[in-house]
Amino acid sequence: MPVSEEPLLPNTEPRDELAGVLAQFPNAATLVEAATAVREAGYRRWDCHSPFPVHGIDTAMGTRRTPLPWLVLGAGLGGAMVAMGLQWWTNAFDYPLLISGKPLFSLPANIPVAFELIVLFAGLTAFLGAIVLCGLPRWAHPLLRSRTFRRVTTDGMFISIDATDPKFDVQATPNMLSSLGAVSVELCHEPAHARTIPSLLVWAVVVAGLLALLPPLFIARARATKSDQPRVHLVPDMDFQPKYKPQTASGLWADGRAMRAPVEGTLALGDLQSDDHFWRGKQGDGWAAAFPVPVTDRLMARGRQQFNVFCTPCHGLTGMGDGMISQRALRRSDSAGWVPPLSLHVEEVRKQPAGQVFNTITNGARKMPGYGAQIAAEDRWAIVLYILALQRSQNATLEDVPEAVRPQLR
Amino acid sequence: MSTLDLRSADNTGNDPTRRAALVIGHHDYASVTQLVSQLAERSRTPLAWYVAFAVSAAWAGLFFLLIGYLVFTGVGVWGNNRPVGWAFDIVNFVFWVGIGHAGTLISAILFLFRQRWRTSINRAAEAMTVFAVICAAVYPGVHIGRAWLAYWLAPYPNQMQIWPNFRSPLLWDVFAVSTYFTLSLLFWYLGMIPDLATLRDRAQSRLKRFIYGVFALGWRGSARAWHVYETAYLLLAALATPLVLSVHSVVSFDFAVSVLPGWHTTIFPPYFVAGAIFSGFAMVVTLMVPARAWFGLKDLITLRHLENMNKVILATGCMVGYAYGIEFFIAWYGGNPYEQFAFLNRALGPYAWAYWIMVTCNVAVPQLLWMKSWRTTPWKMMIVAILVNVGMWFERFVIIVISLTRDFLPSNWGAYSPTWVDLGMFAGSFGLFFMLFLLFCRWLPMVAMAEVKTVLPHPEN
Repeated sequence: MPVSEEPLLPNTEPRDELAGVLAQFPNAATLVEAATAVREAGYRRWDCHSPFPVHGIDTAMGTRRTPLPWLVLGAGLGGAMVAMGLQWWTNAFDYPLLISGKPLFSLPANIPVAFELIVLFAGLTAFLGAIVLCGLPRWAHPLLRSRTFRRVTTDGMFISIDATDPKFDVQATPNMLSSLGAVSVELCHEPAHARTIPSLLVWAVVVAGLLALLPPLFIARARATKSDQPRVHLVPDMDFQPKYKPQTASGLWADGRAMRAPVEGTLALGDLQSDDHFWRGKQGDGWAAAFPVPVTDRLMARGRQQFNVFCTPCHGLTGMGDGMISQRALRRSDSAGWVPPLSLHVEEVRKQPAGQVFNTITNGARKMPGYGAQIAAEDRWAIVLYILALQRSQNATLEDVPEAVRPQLR
Repeated sequence: MSTLDLRSADNTGNDPTRRAALVIGHHDYASVTQLVSQLAERSRTPLAWYVAFAVSAAWAGLFFLLIGYLVFTGVGVWGNNRPVGWAFDIVNFVFWVGIGHAGTLISAILFLFRQRWRTSINRAAEAMTVFAVICAAVYPGVHIGRAWLAYWLAPYPNQMQIWPNFRSPLLWDVFAVSTYFTLSLLFWYLGMIPDLATLRDRAQSRLKRFIYGVFALGWRGSARAWHVYETAYLLLAALATPLVLSVHSVVSFDFAVSVLPGWHTTIFPPYFVAGAIFSGFAMVVTLMVPARAWFGLKDLITLRHLENMNKVILATGCMVGYAYGIEFFIAWYGGNPYEQFAFLNRALGPYAWAYWIMVTCNVAVPQLLWMKSWRTTPWKMMIVAILVNVGMWFERFVIIVISLTRDFLPSNWGAYSPTWVDLGMFAGSFGLFFMLFLLFCRWLPMVAMAEVKTVLPHPEN
């Protein structure tokens, strides 16, 4: 078929630069044959165009395999490393997050996020890599100015040869293409002067861009300077709540106070514990020496049982201050600051009246915590009784032993 | 292989010696382009489209109004309350994410298996995926209570100097769903670039040529570009295949990794994935049956396509039924009284009606598809597909809500019923979904034209 004259006529302004030649072929088979011929003719800067991937065109054109799979593999491996590094650094190193005693960094728990980041990185690379390797985006191209070429996305098969190809000849190249079975051949031109963007638009973009810089600048300034104003609450959350706090005023009541006094006759906790001797171990101004409860064998047995539960961990079974906790603490290498519990048999304790011992059990002393909340008052008196018995047993004289058994001790 | 019946209207035959045509009618490249492009090129939008769009946009508007109401008032406007902390919000999230899975299965897994019938339906199915994941992603974003702090989900350096807990399934979910959405969108868009170029080249007005041209990125059908493009498409399919299986597995971890009876089950990941594909295909059928009739795409989306999808629905429906049975078996065989009670309570407790709706719709109804007439008659398969959608929504309700109403301590038991905001947001998410789908049908190529051209029975005519 001869080269059709009409498309070859300069349909653009004469100053337009020649960009290349475009030839349409009737079907895919002819396109593949023509592609083989163009390649064998030694052209370098040329391409085939079709509405769908044509079978066998890659071999005909001698297209080299795309490096995209290697890029995707690299990105996937990168994603795995980023995910593992992120999870280790954040949860095991920068801010160790201990959850139910599980290891800070363990593979099984970190697999899901690693998998997702592998896929995300690899997928983004496959997409962006394909766009870049396809030479896209390129919104302005000489071929897109051709009306004939618009069929390429419907049913048109084309070959285009770039004018910059060393073998390109404005006469010979179109002739060769038509001899290969092209149904039409035309020359494509690059416009001499590209259409420019209106200056108004350019200035609008510049001004908008500068204005867009203002908010970040204000934020940066606010973060770098100090102010005695309360901070701006964009979202107040629950910082300001409509409620009364202690010692605030309220117009609801005649006395103007938000807090209400208890109803007449209300008893607070502890108000019924008026017996100073029983509840606080006091008689008059001093510590009580006597017991407010009857001293019986039962009380002694109860005291022993309660002492063994609450007191022995520190003071030991005999009250020597050698309980298990103290023993363990002294065995530790870092026991320098450990103060052993007091022995109940030192002079200082032995001369204390029963009421003072009771007070110590109730409210604690030095680092010993108070047990008033844990042990009932009567049981505390029982413990006091048992402590007196322990003190007596450790500091007994011969006179304390009944006369009948004294000979056995000698 | 090519014989007389190749282009006949019925291509659902099972004769193995004859390869069934994937496109029927006398189509060549130009007529395929014309058939699909004219839908997006109509200068006058049909009245029916406006009506449908107005209805769905109104519901979508309600959806966003209710989200605003929720954000300004608090999650108390929902029916969620102790012990049912997760209800419609998470039910709808799992439902919509599951819907999306069919699109990725069609576009990625069937592509890897060289199931070429996917080419006619993959575009619309992928669009469905993207829109369904958008609907899904709204729910976890707003159910956290202080929606304006949703960015705390991301690991970013902050003044509090703390990081998200990477051993929590809820965080895995953030990564899985966001990766899934990103990849689905890229896959959809990459596949659409040649077809956007078609619309650009056919555009009659300068504005349309400009807009389609911007999104077509200057695609010129270059053979070198096609080579890269096909490699990229294959790679994305290979990446999306394990991804689609992982997403619903991770969603199921949200439940399976906890210790609540009825949730703490190792069968969840495969069971959820099968259910997702099941519900997703049902939604594709629900969309495709009316779409192929209204938009005149019966030659491209043939009865054989629908029948194939119905076969997938039948297969996955049986898998889901098997999972329901195995759950009961393991509850009995495992000997854990709490788990046994949880499952008996599902079938016989106060929400038994929900359980039996689920079993009927998901296990019994799909059995109709053993009959060929149910697989190949559009109105019959519509009934099945819609009931499967209903059943799969109830499956998530059964798993999430019923399990939460009865935990270990009877003193902690409770009940759940949705408020009008719950129901409005559920309906509103459908409005958003259909609104996006209608926009897609109106302005974008509904069928992958470039791909369909490669499966035409007689390419050179």
